Amino acid sequence: MSSLSQNSDVLVDISDLHFGWTATRSIFSGVDVSIQRGKITAIMGPSGTGKTTLLKLIAAQLKPQQGQILVDGQNVNALSRSKLYQLRQRMGMLFQSGALLTGMSVFDNIAFPLREHTKLSESIIRHLVLIRLHAVGLRGARDLMPGELSGGMARRVALARALIMDPMMIMYDEPFAGQDPISLGVLADLIKTVNDALGLTSIVVSHDVIETLLIADYVYVLSNGVVIEGGTPDELRASESPWVQQFINAQANGPVPFQYPATDYLTDLMQAK
Amino acid sequence: MFDFLQKLGRYGLDVLARLGRRLIFLLLTIKGTTELFRKFHLLITQIYSIGVLTLLIILVAGLFVGMVLGLQGYNTLVGFGAEESLGIVVALTLVRELGPVVTALLFAGRAGSALTAEIGLMKATEQLSGLEMMAVDPFRYIFAPRLIAGFIAMPLLAAIFNAVGVFGGYLVGVELIGVDAGAFLSQMQAGVDLQKDIINGVIKSIVFGFIVTWIALFEGYDAVPTSEGVGRATTRTVVHASLAVLGVDFLLTALMFD
Repeated sequence: MSSLSQNSDVLVDISDLHFGWTATRSIFSGVDVSIQRGKITAIMGPSGTGKTTLLKLIAAQLKPQQGQILVDGQNVNALSRSKLYQLRQRMGMLFQSGALLTGMSVFDNIAFPLREHTKLSESIIRHLVLIRLHAVGLRGARDLMPGELSGGMARRVALARALIMDPMMIMYDEPFAGQDPISLGVLADLIKTVNDALGLTSIVVSHDVIETLLIADYVYVLSNGVVIEGGTPDELRASESPWVQQFINAQANGPVPFQYPATDYLTDLMQAK
Repeated sequence: MFDFLQKLGRYGLDVLARLGRRLIFLLLTIKGTTELFRKFHLLITQIYSIGVLTLLIILVAGLFVGMVLGLQGYNTLVGFGAEESLGIVVALTLVRELGPVVTALLFAGRAGSALTAEIGLMKATEQLSGLEMMAVDPFRYIFAPRLIAGFIAMPLLAAIFNAVGVFGGYLVGVELIGVDAGAFLSQMQAGVDLQKDIINGVIKSIVFGFIVTWIALFEGYDAVPTSEGVGRATTRTVVHASLAVLGVDFLLTALMFD
């Protein structure tokens, strides 16, 4: 169990996590991560290290082969379906694609969790939705359909939807991927603002180093199925780990190979003869 | 030899695993229907999407099938001097066999493929995961209304197909060729049995509706979440559902008209 696990300030505690899609293809082999309440914790690492998979494991959409994941003191893999759904009502997740329901307008997408889980009147739902839409700057886009939104707008709508149930935590899956500079800055500010204003706990999965280190309170760097470094952004910048330095400074050469494992290049070329 | 046995064994296990997944999927979907009465609007929306939007193809196909039956039936019957039996031939062929079967095949091609593509794309765009994360059970919200809608829409579509088909047969036989209208209608009325023909036809169409919708929903749910995967799943829906309809039709016919 990780060192912070006994601390009540820990909202998510992952210990000795092992997970693989097949017996031969391991993603995690002994990951320990502790997410502090009220903080923004970033999970970073090169593509394919299982960052998104880690979020799905925390949300119990996937089941680990070994290890334990506690969210607010509850072992997510030991919960019944109804208990898990109760817990998920207090967890928000911002998917990379936004995951908006394409058959509904922006307004109805955000109102959807309220209509499903509460008995609030439509007038109160309208107020709550407009407040959230205003917070993400899209009050005027309430009648648009998801297909009419840009990628950045879709993610802001998804953020408004994730916030509508006043969750205790939000998980962001690559919130900055494919964003233009304006949307990127707006999203980063939004994540920081809503986390501090609403007292949330945020987990940000990203490989966008600059933006993530600006807003994160604590960062874990994953590679080869384990946590290779954890610390504050300043500690990470000062780290002497070649893994961390390669990642933070975007170096092609280092412990993380650029090339996918293959036979010798020259031999491969000569075989064409 | 060992390689062959190994492959055979693996294939057998894959088939069993897939069958198991289909059954678990069906049980979870049926379980999801228990709350459907509280979300009645979802069912109405799906009946519109699955049933009403399939109506046009059913109307056109039913009319032409009936007209062809009228024409072929007359050409055969006239050789025996029994052209006045055209009404009963058209009606029994439609009510017992062609109505449920052709409607089910068209239903698989129009509504079944659309269901698979819709669910597959919902999976590929993480909408199903999104629902799970919002603590909304996709089996209750997505799959159950569609299964019940297919269950309800299919017999209604088959009934419409039959009615339009009989009208098509009448149009060709009576209006075009000149078979006596009274003989056409009275023989049809006298020869078609409510229990043996109509009820059995309705049972068939209910079973087909259930099978086609189940296959379509599962293939979408089980699709590889890529454009190629969704395309393959849609093809599988049409092929599997059509073969299942024809196979089950034989079994039901053997049981009903033994």
